[in-house]
This record gives sequence, structure tokens and C-alpha cells, in this order.
Amino acid sequence: MHRNTHHSQNFSLNALQPHERGIVTNLIGGRGLLSRMATMGFTPGAEVTMVQNFGRGPLIVLIRDTRVALGRGEASKIHIRRASDG
Amino acid sequence: MVERTYTVALAGQPNVGKSTLFNLLTGMNQHVGNWPGKTVEQKVGHLTHNGTTYRLVDLPGTYSLTANSLEEIIARDFIIKEHPDVVIVLLDAATLERNLYLVAELLPLPAPVIVALNMMDVAEQEGFKIEPEVLEAALGVKVVPMIATKNIGTRELVAAIDEVIHNTVEYTPKRPEIRSDHQEVLEQIEALIAGHVPEPYAQDWAALKLLEGDKEITRILQEQMSEAQWELVHEVLRDHDDALVAVAGGRYEWIGRMIRAAVTRPKAGQIGLTERLDRWATHPFWGLVILAAILGSAFWLTYAIGAPVQDWLNSAVVGGLARLMSNLLASAPSWLQALVIDGVIGGVGTVITFLPILVIFFAILALLEDTGYMARAAYVMDRFMHLMGLHGKSFLPLFLGFGCNVPSVMGVRVIESRRARLLTTMLAPLIPCAARMTVVAFLAPAFFGRAAALVSWGLVALNLVVLALAGVLLNRIAFKGARAAFIMELPLYHVPNGRTIGLTVWQHGLAFLRKAGTIILAISVLVWALSVLPGGAIENSFLARIGHSLEPLGRLMGFDWRLMVALLASFVAKENSIATLGVLFGASEEAGLAELMAGSFAAPAGLAFLAVQMLFIPCVAVVGVIRQETGSWWWTLFNVAFLLVISLLMGVLVYHVAGLFF
Repeated sequence: MHRNTHHSQNFSLNALQPHERGIVTNLIGGRGLLSRMATMGFTPGAEVTMVQNFGRGPLIVLIRDTRVALGRGEASKIHIRRASDG
Repeated sequence: MVERTYTVALAGQPNVGKSTLFNLLTGMNQHVGNWPGKTVEQKVGHLTHNGTTYRLVDLPGTYSLTANSLEEIIARDFIIKEHPDVVIVLLDAATLERNLYLVAELLPLPAPVIVALNMMDVAEQEGFKIEPEVLEAALGVKVVPMIATKNIGTRELVAAIDEVIHNTVEYTPKRPEIRSDHQEVLEQIEALIAGHVPEPYAQDWAALKLLEGDKEITRILQEQMSEAQWELVHEVLRDHDDALVAVAGGRYEWIGRMIRAAVTRPKAGQIGLTERLDRWATHPFWGLVILAAILGSAFWLTYAIGAPVQDWLNSAVVGGLARLMSNLLASAPSWLQALVIDGVIGGVGTVITFLPILVIFFAILALLEDTGYMARAAYVMDRFMHLMGLHGKSFLPLFLGFGCNVPSVMGVRVIESRRARLLTTMLAPLIPCAARMTVVAFLAPAFFGRAAALVSWGLVALNLVVLALAGVLLNRIAFKGARAAFIMELPLYHVPNGRTIGLTVWQHGLAFLRKAGTIILAISVLVWALSVLPGGAIENSFLARIGHSLEPLGRLMGFDWRLMVALLASFVAKENSIATLGVLFGASEEAGLAELMAGSFAAPAGLAFLAVQMLFIPCVAVVGVIRQETGSWWWTLFNVAFLLVISLLMGVLVYHVAGLFF
């Protein structure tokens, strides 16, 4: 049930559960933050896998073969959709 | 025929093994300094191959070349303005996709690029199959596979540098292009800024950087163009504020084509060593337990190994030196004997006895950094450090300060952002070091009897509260509340490289002796001179006169001139205040001192003295390393003034508040 609630719609990276995969659709934020996120690989179309998400505290995701740790505030600015075969 | 020296720049993202490669290529033949006018470390070394000498310049490790940080500006300015003959870009083969981003930024710049593909063994372990020849054909630049930690591929890399410099191969890189939907706007901007781009920047590159919102290039062009002309550019940029993501996306599309050609990915679901270790190391609870265990061992090692070595250095080396000099100077005038033996050798002793602790701390820090654990420690501590506007990486250096603030300040260099480095450095002296705790442990029982332990804990707590408040305050005022976003790579775990760790320890130890050491020595001799001139006894010395003139200030805290002199003397080393008080109170033995003092001062004054001592200006060794690490007397003096004001205010406050209770 949980999986279907987000189907075919955009949601924040924070909502992705461990081992789930998503595709980045959109980034919001100031130029400095956008630039850093884009440099680390968060660009529209990039696939991201959640590695650690305890529901609070920072997250760890796998993007472009790199483990990236990021705060929930930063993650809320990354919008994703569920990967089609996820 | 003498060939000229060629300059080779070494670029790379953080955590790709850049220092290992740099050390491999240059060995001990290297110099560590700062970039001119900057507080960023610069390493330059030399190597010779087939009679040609190369000057190798290590650029700061950066993820991109857009002006987000000082490091990124330094790296790209060096390539654009200093025209290196070759740029080696070192990539981690196991995270090739993100690493190629820097290559995509380097190829449009004028210098020829060689790609060094490091950690081929780790990539293989992780399940990647990489074909360097295919990547080379796709990029149009030389690609050299290597394993720097095992010295595999270095010879081929040097040969490749030689080939590029002597033009035996043609350099035809295939540069990335902007995503097609932004081609038009890029051309539009290029037309608008044509003729206004100052040397040595290229017009098309400047247009691309404007589109990316690069602060530095935006500032430069705004200066070069009239207001009306700039308004036109600004209008286009405003209509395309999503261009930044499009430019980055374009680079990743280009990277995607390279990767599809040259790399076979591991099957999904394969669990590597890193993932297994991280289940524990980054866990919100177990991560803290592991961190505590590692820190506990670090302190245990320091005291188990460092303290005996320190004692030995003190008695054998410093003591031996003093005996030697007193024999040599037996017939010299007594003022010269005192200057050399008490002044100079005393100062040298201060410098030397720091070395064992520093070497051990540096080795531990370098080990944690080199294995990849440091990023995990920063990750688990980030939520706590966040509150002070600090990054998780600030935790480790600050924590080391409980032993001694000197390695703490020097350890701050593991933090990437300059702003966070400065803020952490300014706060580091507020961590109560072991020497200050010695003073507290000595005096507190005489004043407070059974409550001494409670008072000691209270004083430590006071320091930590002041540290947290100062962190919030400095972050708001001096750093305008700007906290770098928390996005951090967690590199794969690696087997540490002994050579890299050894060289780091060697360089940092040497830098301490050369830079901070000279400052420490000079000030120690100065304070010693003030304490014995003109009569030879501290009671009538210049230092005592300064203490007398400061007595009105001291009275606000219930102090007399002797306590003020003790505080001044503790500038050389915190534990000096006990010895100084011993002389000034005429205690025949130090044991009697605490009781003598408790007899002369009431508890509020005693408590105020301990509070001031805990918060007072950093000792000369810490001042020396702050100057060395920040490269700025301004920040160093700001720190001293800041702590002076805080400690005296606290002293007055504690004296009056305690007066209400005792």
C-alpha cells in the first residue's frame, strides 16, 4: 500500500525508504546550494537509491556510484519520482 | 643544453588519493606552504625524468571548478592564469561517473589534460569493469590506469606527461557541450558579452560560467560592462535561472556517454565492504558508540606512549642541553647563563615537549582520514555540531583539544570549507586542555574541600556552555549565519597507506617546529625576560609591575596583583600559574601553596580565578599554531582579544554571583 501512495507523482527525497530507488525530477533552492547539489550528481534524470533513512536525522543515498550524506533540509529540496521498476 | 622546468598541475576531487600520488611522484622533494595571500595549503614538489625537471603543483581537491569556494577559485585560477604545461586530473575509478564531472570542467580550459585513473583495484573489487583504452578514445585525452598505493602506473603517468609536453602526440580532446535546449541562450549571452571578457578568460567559457551563476565571473563582467550593457545580460540570465541545472545536466549526459562506452557496472544488489561497515559506523546509536571507542583509544594511546616520551625528552634532551650549556658557559656572565639556560632552553623545552603528542594525534587523524572513517565520524556528529553552525567534521579536532589545544587547532585543517575552519579555530581554545585541568585540580580542593570535584565539573561545563554560545554568536555576527549546506561524500573504505600517513605526520611536525616553534620560542624568552628583569626576582620584575598596574581590574574579580601576574605568566604555559603563585606567595613547597591561597582569598575570588584561568587567552603555543594555520595575524589577535574579554567578563560575573552564596 505504502508504495502506491507516491506512484507517478513527485515527492521529496526525504520520503524514500531504504533500498528504494527514485529518479531526480527537480531541484529547488538558492544558486549556491543548487550548484553544490548538481556537482555531487543530483541532476534531473539521475537515479538515486536510499541507503539510510531513520525518519529523522541526516540521510545517506547512493547516487552515480557515490555514497552521499545530506541533511533533511537539503534533501527536502530534491524532488524525485519513483523509479519505474522500483 | 639546459631544458626549462615545466609546470604540471595535479587536480582531482577530494578522496581520490591525490596526496598519495603527489608523495609518490615527488618523495621528500616537496615544500608545503600556503597559496599566496590565502589560508589554503599549497604543496609544490619537483621530479626529474629523462633530464627534464617538472614542477608539480598540487591543486586543492575540488568537486567542480565553479566559484563556490575559495579552493575552487584557486584551482581554476591557477590553470587559467599560470598556464601549467600539463594538468593531471586524478580520478577514483570506483566513483568514475561523479569524478568525470571535474574532467568535463577541465577540458574547456586551455591547458592539456591527462587523466590518471586511480584505484583500479578498488573499482574491480566493487564489480566495475573499466576499459581505459575505450575511455581514452572517447575522451580524446591520454588515460593512464593506476593503483597509486601500490606504485602501479606511475611510470606510465610520467611517460605520458613527457609525451604531452614534447608534443609527440596530438592533443584533440572531445569537449562536452551544453544541453541542446540551452544552446541558444548560451549563444545569446556570448554575443552580449563579446569584447568585454578580460584576458586571460575565454569568451565562450565566461558565457557558460555566467549561465551557471558563477559569482566570480559575474562580478568580473559586471565591472567590465556599462550598466546598460550588463542589464541586457542580467535580463537573459533572469529568464533562465534553471540554466545551472541544465549546464550540470549537460555535463552528466556527456559523462553518461563516456561511461556507457567504457564501463561495465556491477550487478545490482551486490553488497560491498563499505556497505557492511557503514551499517554500524553510520548508525545513529552504534555509530556514536564506535566513535566513542575510537576517541577513547586515541586518548589512551596518547597518554600511554606520549607521556613517557615527553618525560624522557624533558629530562634527557632538554635537561641534557641545559647541563651542556651550563658547563660551556661556566665562565660566562651570570645574566648570559640565565638567558640561555632558563630563557632559551626553557622555551625550546616547551616546543619540544609538544612534539610527541602532536605526532601521535596527527598519525591518528591521518589514519582516520585515509581509511575514510573521518567522513563517518562527521556524519554521526553533524546533528550536534549543527546547533553551533558547525560542520560534523569540526567535532574531532575540537574533541582532541581536551588533551591539548595545539593538535586541536592543527587538526582543524581536515575541514574543507574555510569558513568552518576559521570558526572552529576560534572556538578551539575554549576546550579546557589537560594543563588547565591540572591548575584546577591543584587549587580547587583547598578552596572547596569535598565539593572540589563538583566545582571542577562545573568549570568544564562553563567552558562548554561558553563555547556553544560563542559558536552561535560568532556564526551570527562574524560569519553572517552562512552555514555550508550539509552534503558530503562518504568515500569507500580503504586500506590506509603508511607512506601517506608518515609523510603527513612528518610535514605537520616540521611545519610546527618551523613556524609555530619560532613564535613560541620568541614569546617564551620575552615573558621570561619580563619576569627576571631588572632585579632577577619575579617579585620586583617588570611582570610584577604590570601585575600591580592591572590590580584595579583584578579587584573587580576579588584578585590582588599576584593573581594577575600568575595569569600573565600562564600565557607561556597554563601550568605556569601554579609555579608563579608559589614564588609570589613565598610558599616553601608547592604543597603549602593551595592552603596559603585559600587563607588569603575567600571562595568567590578563588572560583573567579579558576573560571578566568579556564577561559583565559590561549597559551603561546596555541597562539603560534593559530597564526600558522590561519596565516593571519588579524584572526590570531582577534581570537586573543575575544577570549580576554570573555574570560574577564566571566570572572567578574562569577565573583559577584558566587558572593551571593558564600
